[in-house]
Amino acid sequence: MNRLLDAYRTSIGKKFVVAVTGVILFLFVLGHMFGNLQIFVGAERLNAYAAFLQNLGELLWAVRTFLFLALVLHVMAITQLFFQNLGARPIKYRVKKTRETDLSARTMIYSGPAILAFLIYHLLHFTYGSVHSDFIHGDVYHNVISGFAIWWVSGIYILANILLGLHFKHGLWSWFQTLGFAHPKYNKWRTNFATFFAYLIIVGNVSMPVAVLAGWIQ
Amino acid sequence: MKLKLNIWRQKNREDRGEFVTYHLDDVNSHMSFLEMLDVLNQQLIEKGEQPVAFEHDCREGICGACGLVINGYPHGPEEGTTTCQLHMRHFKDGDEITIEPWRSKAFPVVKDLVVDRSSLDRLMQHGGFVSIRTGSAEDANNTLIPKEKSDLAMDAAECIGCGACVASCPNGAAMLFVSAKVSHFALLPQGQPERKRRAIQMVQAMQDEGFGACTNYRECEAVCPKRISINFIGMLNREFIKASVLSGAEKGGKYRSK
Repeated sequence: MNRLLDAYRTSIGKKFVVAVTGVILFLFVLGHMFGNLQIFVGAERLNAYAAFLQNLGELLWAVRTFLFLALVLHVMAITQLFFQNLGARPIKYRVKKTRETDLSARTMIYSGPAILAFLIYHLLHFTYGSVHSDFIHGDVYHNVISGFAIWWVSGIYILANILLGLHFKHGLWSWFQTLGFAHPKYNKWRTNFATFFAYLIIVGNVSMPVAVLAGWIQ
Repeated sequence: MKLKLNIWRQKNREDRGEFVTYHLDDVNSHMSFLEMLDVLNQQLIEKGEQPVAFEHDCREGICGACGLVINGYPHGPEEGTTTCQLHMRHFKDGDEITIEPWRSKAFPVVKDLVVDRSSLDRLMQHGGFVSIRTGSAEDANNTLIPKEKSDLAMDAAECIGCGACVASCPNGAAMLFVSAKVSHFALLPQGQPERKRRAIQMVQAMQDEGFGACTNYRECEAVCPKRISINFIGMLNREFIKASVLSGAEKGGKYRSK
């Protein structure tokens, strides 16, 4: 145990935690998206899926606890790294340019807290229904349709999911690097993998509010 | 060519420092960047002013002593080159050039553009070495090393320890430097005895010296005068995780099942 704590004290140890928890959270987002896409099949299918999840009982809470712990560790480790990095350059450059850093890498520290804030809103909106104006417990299909019918609610979801995709674009690429899976043989594949899943998350999740706003599903 | 130079001037470690603007009128495009500063210093000396302090030694791109942040890029706008190998033909007549020292908590400014990089030396003391047999020299090729391995080790060993990776990193991380040293030795048979200890201790020392953490921006690779690849950072992460988390205790007597 001491060895693990010693490892965590270093930046690579913290990054290891960020990477592993990041992958767990990514897999959840991916599964969550495929589950929700059943909305295109119809109300019965989506509500049956929701009922199935609710009936998992203890298993549901075990998974929720696991994901919550992953989220806490992810945020905790990255917060510690953020403050370490903040202190590493007390005097800034007058002129500093970058060659490689792309938008997704540069915005990680903004997209992260924004996604966390969205997550809280999302739970209050569709899980507890306390910020939903027309919430019917158990009728997920109705809640989604009536929720997304409000244009600015859909706007928040669209924006948040674009940020989420952007976060994954850098995160998924970095995941391989941090866990040591970096090799010239499959580095290109690594970039394609990250880009593909980033866009998949954006397209999949944004399709739902857009479909409601456009009246494709009612 | 004529140049306008904004140069960081700082009397000593305690001084707050400020940018001072100088104008140079007759810069030859064949000069190296350091020779251009030599010309400026000669003029300052003749005027009775303090010359600009900057570090330099070999002036042929292999010692790692020189290093300035030129218009926002460590070692200047040309890729894969050191400041001493940067020539004035890459600038235009009338250019404004801002020259700053490496900025890092681990590299305090000593004077003007000179920083104290002994933090990198201390990292080396934590494992950037191999144990060797003393006495008469071994026969050549006594230790067999596969060609690909020695080539790859040489790619890492190209690091000249200039610190541009730290200077360019938005987080002030020393990961590229440490990864080059750890990878260099991990690839060679001579580096095996200290392999695990080296990875753990150098990474821990990096923390103690106040360097930042890597966030995979890839800026280090982009400015490295020796073009050290960030694949070595992947290798360092692998080495560190293997040594600190995955491998068992190997102290004598503790490797029992019960």
